[in-house]
Amino acid sequence: MSKAKPLKMANAGEEKLCLDSEPPKNFEGGPETKPTKSKQAKPEAKVKIALVSCGTEYGGVQPAFEEAAAKVNAEFIYPEIDIKSLDTIGKDFGIEAASGDLRLMMARAQAVVRGETIADGVFVTTCFRCAEAAIVRNEVRRYIHQKSNIPVISYSFTEQTDAVTLYTRFEALTTIAKRRHLLAREVQHGITAGIDSGSTTTKAVIMKDNKIIGIGWGPTNEVLDSAEKALVQALEMAKIDRSEIQAMGTTGYGRYLVGEHYNADLIQEEITTNSKGAVYLADVQKGPATVIDIGGMDNKAISVEDGIPGMFTMGGICAGASGRFFETVAKRLNVDITELGDLAMKGLQENVKMNSYCIVFGTQSLVNSLAKGALPKDVAAAACRSVVEQIYQQQLQEVDVKEPVILVGGSSLIKGVPRELSNLLNVKVIVPENSHLIGAVGAALLASGFVEE
Amino acid sequence: MVKVFIYPTNSFILADLVTRAGHEPLVIMNQVREKVTSLSVDSPPLNITPEDPNLGLKYAAIEVPAGVRGRMSLMGPMVEEAEAGIIVEDTPADFGCSGCNRTNELVKYLARTNLDRSNVLEIRYPTNEDQMHDFVYTILEFLETLPTGSETKKGGDKK
Repeated sequence: MSKAKPLKMANAGEEKLCLDSEPPKNFEGGPETKPTKSKQAKPEAKVKIALVSCGTEYGGVQPAFEEAAAKVNAEFIYPEIDIKSLDTIGKDFGIEAASGDLRLMMARAQAVVRGETIADGVFVTTCFRCAEAAIVRNEVRRYIHQKSNIPVISYSFTEQTDAVTLYTRFEALTTIAKRRHLLAREVQHGITAGIDSGSTTTKAVIMKDNKIIGIGWGPTNEVLDSAEKALVQALEMAKIDRSEIQAMGTTGYGRYLVGEHYNADLIQEEITTNSKGAVYLADVQKGPATVIDIGGMDNKAISVEDGIPGMFTMGGICAGASGRFFETVAKRLNVDITELGDLAMKGLQENVKMNSYCIVFGTQSLVNSLAKGALPKDVAAAACRSVVEQIYQQQLQEVDVKEPVILVGGSSLIKGVPRELSNLLNVKVIVPENSHLIGAVGAALLASGFVEE
Repeated sequence: MVKVFIYPTNSFILADLVTRAGHEPLVIMNQVREKVTSLSVDSPPLNITPEDPNLGLKYAAIEVPAGVRGRMSLMGPMVEEAEAGIIVEDTPADFGCSGCNRTNELVKYLARTNLDRSNVLEIRYPTNEDQMHDFVYTILEFLETLPTGSETKKGGDKK
């Protein structure tokens, strides 16, 4: 057993045991002061992300893209192509797009797949609300994913897209591209802690020799205070002293603040930790899997192969497809959020028409249905259906759904949700034990790589 | 000398023909030059900021993608400034391209409605050598017939 590393708050100038890239300045939930020095002696080479887009430089978002990439030590590269190929790429690739820049996207994707341009990852992005671009974006992303091992993400931008929106996505992309060794870990060693400082709840776990021995969770109020409470709960359950913790990982919206506070070994975005935690808890670390994570404020769909994310999407614009909507529904139905699932299981979603595309419209549907005499149990079931329908429409179109489908996140505990997802996708949906703790478990698992042998 | 809007808006060949005929080609390169030499903005590579798609709202509604409105913030003023236009259809990529077909549709529409149609030449890109000669002669003839700037009418003035 390795020697335990006492947890303490990081002081200015103190070495920080963190393999992650520097947290962004002014990043929501991140530290306001300059981060402490990384232990890595040599600066890592920049991650090369091929930017395959319909012309971000015209959309007013290029600076935001550059800023987000720089914060994860990445740089954009632009695959070179023969301009003549733009006249034939439509037939060659299969989509005869009228827009020159969409043909350029196809040609650039081809250059990456053929190895004519060496890229660590690919970012496929087009204008939001453009139908032609949406078709090309989706097929280009799928083409790169199927024809290469290069991680790829896609995004549709507006002029309002800012660096903070992209940061988590880029962080995950660079982690997958450059730190696969980190993601290869399948067994937890020693005593490690994971804290998931989520938007709604803060979760903490203590793991020892590949078992969860302590759990703590509570609402996220003041970020550090909530993290401390969750950690204390977990330590009490584990019956260990915090000085016995050998390594710690943090994730979630407040990961930087919490990570810096506890001098965590690993500060990692939630796409990586949640997918890792999900396949670990569901015991499907080998082969393909699809992780659907419905959190308090956003949702994620992650296509996983051998526990490593391949494609992923992250939705967070509308609260209608997250735990927030369930909170609103529970409040209106005058039931505790923990009882909403059981209520939904008694109802039939077909009896109530509800569209939670927007939380305001969803609530309106809810109120109208109740006013017309709908039964609360049917409303609860319809709310579950509405959320999974939106995830299906917004997220699952962007990833290849491969079984097993693992549903995680706090909303997975609402029983009606896995039922409706299973009905919608016509597949068996796995909800592993402790499905709400995936982030904390993933962080504790990955942090065990820092336990000194 | 007449200000001539050309489409594709970045076609060097068209710009050269217009210049040789003694007129002023309105090309997107000039618009971009204005943007990138602006000292007050730092938004590389084109210095298009989130404000520019907002300026594009003059030509397209908010539901039109940001990339279209950003492009229109550059191309729209060109059409407004133009007194004549040359639109070449079915061009290969290396002749010139604005990248976005929605923008192409909109900017051509603006040119057709904003300018006197008699001052707009619409011509197909040549596919063989004979057509190529005709293509050049037709454009030069059109440019020779253009009135001086003061005589040119905008589409809205057309009787």
